[in-house]
Amino acid sequence: MAERTILAARDLDFYYGEVQALRHISINIPAARVTAFIGPSGCGKSTFLRTINRMNDLIPAARAAGSLTFRGQEIYAPDVDVTDLRRRVGMVFQKPNPFPMSVYDNVAYGPRTHGIRDRRRLDLIVEESLRAAAIWDEVKDRLKKSAMSLSGGQQQRLCIARALAVEPEVLLMDEATSALDTISAARIEDLTLELRERFTIVMVTHNMQQAARISDKTAFFLAGELIEFGNTERIFSMPRDKRTEDYITGRFG
Amino acid sequence: MARNARPALRRQLYSAAVRLLVWLSASVCCCLLAVLIGYICWRGLPGLSWELLTSEESLLQGTAGLLPSLLNTLCVVAVSLAAALPLGVGAAIYLTEYARSRRLTAAVEFASEVLSGIPSILYALVGVIVFCSALGLQKTLLAGSLTLAIMTLPTILRTTQESLRTVPRSYREGALSLGSGRWRMIATVVLPSCVDGIVTGCILAAGRVVGESAVLMYTAGLSTAMQDFSTIQGIMRASGSTLAVALYVYAKERADFAAAFAAATVLLALSALINLAARLAGRRLGRRQRRKKHPAALTRRQGGPHG
Amino acid sequence: MQRAKIKPAELAMRLLLLVCALTAIAFVLLITAYLIAAGLPAIREVGLASFLLGRTWDSTNASNPQFGILPLVLTSVYGAAGAIVLGVPVGFFTALFLAKAAPRPLAAAIRPVVGLLAGIPSVVYGLVGMCVLVPALRSWLDLPAGDGLLASIIVLAVMILPSVISLSEAALASVPREYEEASLALGATEAETWLRVSAPAAKSGIAAAVVLGVGRAVGESMAILMVAGNVPNMPGLLRSVRFLTTGIAIEMNYAAPGSLQRKALFSIGLVLFLFILLINILLHLAVRRGREA
Repeated sequence: MAERTILAARDLDFYYGEVQALRHISINIPAARVTAFIGPSGCGKSTFLRTINRMNDLIPAARAAGSLTFRGQEIYAPDVDVTDLRRRVGMVFQKPNPFPMSVYDNVAYGPRTHGIRDRRRLDLIVEESLRAAAIWDEVKDRLKKSAMSLSGGQQQRLCIARALAVEPEVLLMDEATSALDTISAARIEDLTLELRERFTIVMVTHNMQQAARISDKTAFFLAGELIEFGNTERIFSMPRDKRTEDYITGRFG
Repeated sequence: MARNARPALRRQLYSAAVRLLVWLSASVCCCLLAVLIGYICWRGLPGLSWELLTSEESLLQGTAGLLPSLLNTLCVVAVSLAAALPLGVGAAIYLTEYARSRRLTAAVEFASEVLSGIPSILYALVGVIVFCSALGLQKTLLAGSLTLAIMTLPTILRTTQESLRTVPRSYREGALSLGSGRWRMIATVVLPSCVDGIVTGCILAAGRVVGESAVLMYTAGLSTAMQDFSTIQGIMRASGSTLAVALYVYAKERADFAAAFAAATVLLALSALINLAARLAGRRLGRRQRRKKHPAALTRRQGGPHG
Repeated sequence: MQRAKIKPAELAMRLLLLVCALTAIAFVLLITAYLIAAGLPAIREVGLASFLLGRTWDSTNASNPQFGILPLVLTSVYGAAGAIVLGVPVGFFTALFLAKAAPRPLAAAIRPVVGLLAGIPSVVYGLVGMCVLVPALRSWLDLPAGDGLLASIIVLAVMILPSVISLSEAALASVPREYEEASLALGATEAETWLRVSAPAAKSGIAAAVVLGVGRAVGESMAILMVAGNVPNMPGLLRSVRFLTTGIAIEMNYAAPGSLQRKALFSIGLVLFLFILLINILLHLAVRRGREA
């Protein structure tokens, strides 16, 4: 199957005030694939992930230079509607962050935000999203209960369902399993594999086994630079860059 | 050893004296409260009756009645909160959710500090010039309430701000990542999680209003007669004393101490009630503040800061 | 991607909230402007020197009214000083009790007392002062009248207690436990540790508590209106006195609009405002130094 680029960066620089967090990132992220960003702490992989849906806008004095496009359109162009961008590029966070509302209201939050009020349609979206996130069976009898009463793993799948409910085209996962126990993490990994057919998934992970298991493409970041990017199998079997090899063989990081 | 004995004794005496002072001071405070409450109840309770609370003063029968003052108090609390609440909460939201300029935030916070330090007698003067004369409201409950709204603004602003700060960043990020606009995020996710803080602020503000007398004496009037609350015009024109002002009027101007102490008992009960309510509402807020400072082990990041 | 629509609702809310934030500043400016505008005319008419340094306040004298506020200023200063001298030690030691000395359950039981004391309206303090304290002073000291500076100082001391206690307690409680342990490990007793280690470490917070107490004492009006006697004498402990605040309060309802007497009351307000502003700046500095330390 031919790869179609959905997200492309060209010489992207990113700054937090005086500090340069990303240097000359150039990458083509393919549609309908799982792309994993790996690298040691502070290497810029999370920063890059958060430039894609402009979550970094929340940090004062953060700014981007260079080009970053989503389906050919500049993400940082001044006339971009950030809320529309974020609807189309969903995000799942490191720590499960359900709102302090019912399970139902959590999932319905996004659709309601974008103007869907019809109860029957909302019911349908909620069910579909919860099914897609493989949590429907566990919560279908307690949709009105507070989302805070779920376990950590359930909360994270609920957050995935919440992200899916606005029908994003890309799903960003920022170390989405690192705060979970291994069993919950495995369920999220399985889910990621299932979702790959319908969404483009970009994930940041500390866990190299995870990257190797579920991603099609892997990008290795170090000190704000993209060192190497390619098919996951190739990166893990014969890395071209010495630093990539050192990292995946566990010599640092 | 004998040489060391004396300093050791002196130190022991010193420590014992300090301990004595500490315990003594604490008991003085407790006794003060006990005596205050005891004395007021002793003089006030006998005069307190259902009739007193539900009737107005009758010059013909020579009986006092606190109903007008109670209603006036209620009216002033309601109007001043209605004015101060949107302003205070709005300002707090702007400062925590929108403001990018440190200088603006610092300026507003300093202004709020100044407002909370201004004595009530000065608010009275300002109320007299601004609301009673310049805006033509005369001596009315409305003028008094608006003056008190300025006075209670800092209380509401501060508690709301503190409470907004305890709302986890992750809620905000979650809402924004779903494409929610900033105001929608605030209205649907942020504000509902800090209702307790806003309620605490309102209770504290209500407490100040109930206890306030200086401002209202000069801006809202001294009458203890019944006002007309049945129409909007009536409420706009109503002028009279709240419970605290009535207490002063009874004690100082009419030397009717039975009525004054009855009013004092009611005031005391009200302020104790408000205190309790604020404590209960504040407890939840305090818990969340502590949780924010010491996140549970589960939420701690495993691999240090984000890559 | 959609072009950014100007979302009128979002923009309107943002502006509205900005306006709310600016009202606090606007109120301060408004209060300052009005107090200056209303306070200056009488000062100009009377003359700054004779207004501030005049020893006689006799505003209702029809033939030769006098507007000297020196007695009022001095009374406010003495009153606040007396309240501090009396109230701060009790407050500080109570704070020590709550933060350090008391067993936890006892401290938790006594803490609400402070809140309740803070919640009692000033007229209630005034009423009790008027009915208990003033007669008591009269009979104990064998005076013709018990109301005056001494009674006011006692009432003010009680009224500043809650703020002194809660601020000092917060400051003492935030002293790192390690300091105290180090002192105890050197063989100091607990009481020595409190006074020689904990209190110095918390000094900026305690300073803030004292300054706040001064502010409260200078600004209080209703309670002392009921116990001070309200004759504008030069201050003496057992004399009937008038404070800056009560000076305004006592004549406000009687002064005819437009009269020099009424204007002079606003001038007193301006002087009081400057006092409070000064105290506020001190407080701000104390708190900021505490935060930096």
